[in-house]
Amino acid sequence: MGEINAITMPKFGLAMTEGKVASWAKPIGAVVKAGDDIADIETTKITNAFESPFNGIMRRHVATVQDELPVGALIAVMASADVSEDEIDRFIDSFQAEFVNADTGEDKASEVEPSTVDVSGRKIRYLDMGQGAGPPVVFIHGFGGDLNSWLFTQPALADHHRTIALDLPGHGGSTKDVGAADISALAKIVSDTLAALAIPSAHFVGHSLGAAIALSIALDDPSRAASLSLISPAGLGKEINATFIDGFVASDRRKALEPVLQMLFADPSLVKRDMIDDLIKAKRIDGASEALTKIADVNFKDGTQTTVLAGRLPELSIPVQIIWGEEDRVIPVAHSQELPVAATVRVLADSGHMPHMERAAEVNALLISFLQ
Amino acid sequence: MSKKSYRQAINEAIASEMRRDPTVILMGEDVAGGAGAPGDQDAWGGVLGVTKGLVTEFGRGRVLDTPLSESAYIGAAAGAAATGLRPIAELMFIDFMGVCFDQIFNQAAKFRYMFGGHAVTPLVIRAMYGAGFRAASQHSQCLYPIFTHIPGLKVVIPSSAYEVKGLLIQAIRDNDPVIFLENKVMYDQVEEVPDETYTIPFGEANLTREGDDVTIVAFGRMVQIANEAADRLAKQGIHCNVLDPRTTSPLDADTILQCVEETGRLVIVDEASPRCNMATDVSALVAQEAFGALKAPIRMVCPPHTPVPFAPNLEDLFVPNADRVEQAVKSVMGYKIRENA
Repeated sequence: MGEINAITMPKFGLAMTEGKVASWAKPIGAVVKAGDDIADIETTKITNAFESPFNGIMRRHVATVQDELPVGALIAVMASADVSEDEIDRFIDSFQAEFVNADTGEDKASEVEPSTVDVSGRKIRYLDMGQGAGPPVVFIHGFGGDLNSWLFTQPALADHHRTIALDLPGHGGSTKDVGAADISALAKIVSDTLAALAIPSAHFVGHSLGAAIALSIALDDPSRAASLSLISPAGLGKEINATFIDGFVASDRRKALEPVLQMLFADPSLVKRDMIDDLIKAKRIDGASEALTKIADVNFKDGTQTTVLAGRLPELSIPVQIIWGEEDRVIPVAHSQELPVAATVRVLADSGHMPHMERAAEVNALLISFLQ
Repeated sequence: MSKKSYRQAINEAIASEMRRDPTVILMGEDVAGGAGAPGDQDAWGGVLGVTKGLVTEFGRGRVLDTPLSESAYIGAAAGAAATGLRPIAELMFIDFMGVCFDQIFNQAAKFRYMFGGHAVTPLVIRAMYGAGFRAASQHSQCLYPIFTHIPGLKVVIPSSAYEVKGLLIQAIRDNDPVIFLENKVMYDQVEEVPDETYTIPFGEANLTREGDDVTIVAFGRMVQIANEAADRLAKQGIHCNVLDPRTTSPLDADTILQCVEETGRLVIVDEASPRCNMATDVSALVAQEAFGALKAPIRMVCPPHTPVPFAPNLEDLFVPNADRVEQAVKSVMGYKIRENA
């Protein structure tokens, strides 16, 4: 009875300060269920579907399409049918009056920032977010990524779990010394990182190279893994797209890197200027380029994965979920077929190699229900 | 990664390279102690405190306070560079370069060429430039076009704290003489700057805004002015490419020409005096190589051809601002090609 809900500009990741409505998925008058896509939100980094946090009827589109708005700004109003237009006008007026006041304040102190931990001489950066009972959720990004790869995923899971996203060595804010750089050496560094953080066991969510690392940790020491969620994983088959790997390693300019990054997505227009800039910046840090070259040489030389762990899957006694984009152009989705165990395999339509960015809402829902 | 000022980013770049390479030394007026400061060694750290703390870490042997003679210590730095060190010479204000033109133009810039490629001169000369600091005519100029004119010199004009750190590390590691210009109005500006060392290559323009309607090429602090104008214009439906060439020598002509080919309209924002500056140089490039792509005359947003005024109200009028850039963009958008008579 009479409930009015503000839909505000979401914050995708630490760096987002403003965004715009690229298009509306729900017209005025539409009945909306919590979890329905209501709009596409475009930032300078990526465009992403925005899910409704509420049930109700879409009553107003407050944001103009393509208007740049700060995070937290009112973009739409939902309410039940019995709320009058006058009440909605008053709601908007009072929201806008308060929002202007809030906006002139300093940066919110509650903002979570990444930390670093020393792991036998290596500095490892991680972002610790949320609290909950049971083992924390640990995110391991793929080749060339960093903890920001989980910008749509980590906050969603942090509502109910302690979550930790880390930068692999050679990536993001972590040391560029990658050691032997093979999957088990990287797995050892991740295990040591968790030991340094006093985390004996975790639910692992790994993407691509990070998924192979998570799998390797679980196989080597089953007590460390409570479950595995493997997203477009490496380590389940031989093939990997050499054009992508070699292009990513070689490209040091925007124009060269853009088409390489577009291979990651089913919809190449999702790649925005800031995503390219962030990756170029990461690659220009001293030692980063050498680290990527070494990881690529050791693990993915000439389009072939060195470590294939699929045959060892039956050794695992923990729940395993595999999520893959149907249009993955980096690692073929066929690797998810004919696995020697009954893992739950979810193949998502309209997604390339990055389902957690391209189909963030579906991936979040799958992870949340899997972890329950 | 954390937020750092432009000043702090420069200090970090110098400190990290001095730690990495024992041949890197720093010299200049007041870079260590600051003459006249009472007692302690690191009282000042350069005229605006940019090199504060370096003498404490690296000692008097590598952080050298020089006499008040630019001709002497720039010459000494060029010689040191030619004989195995990597000096960073701080010249305080670019306006003082006049007294050491021979050392820069005839010596440092010519060594590689005149010694048949056998000599390298890994010298960085840092200096402040730019108006808006209430520092009057002799401490406010933008003399980078003069150095850009000289073959054998590289000229760098960083536009933000992130840029200044990566470009300065690149400059220190470069084997040629580099004129490295810091806009003093920007020293307290803050942005995300990685703690790690990183480099930004010379001769690669940075696209700071993307749009199909107009290309804006801007230098140094003018990049911020151009971004501000582009953001305002985007709200009015006019979308601009903003290009920061980062270095005027080498100049990324390819990217400038590509952007102009895409948009067909060009506005150049240059804080240097309007005759023979970077705006005229880029104009000539585009007129010669991309004339057919132009849908409107090129517009230059520059100060008037006068010394920088000391009166604050006049100085504020002197420096190009976002309003002027916005007007220039609108004027090229509104330009109609005349029907054939």
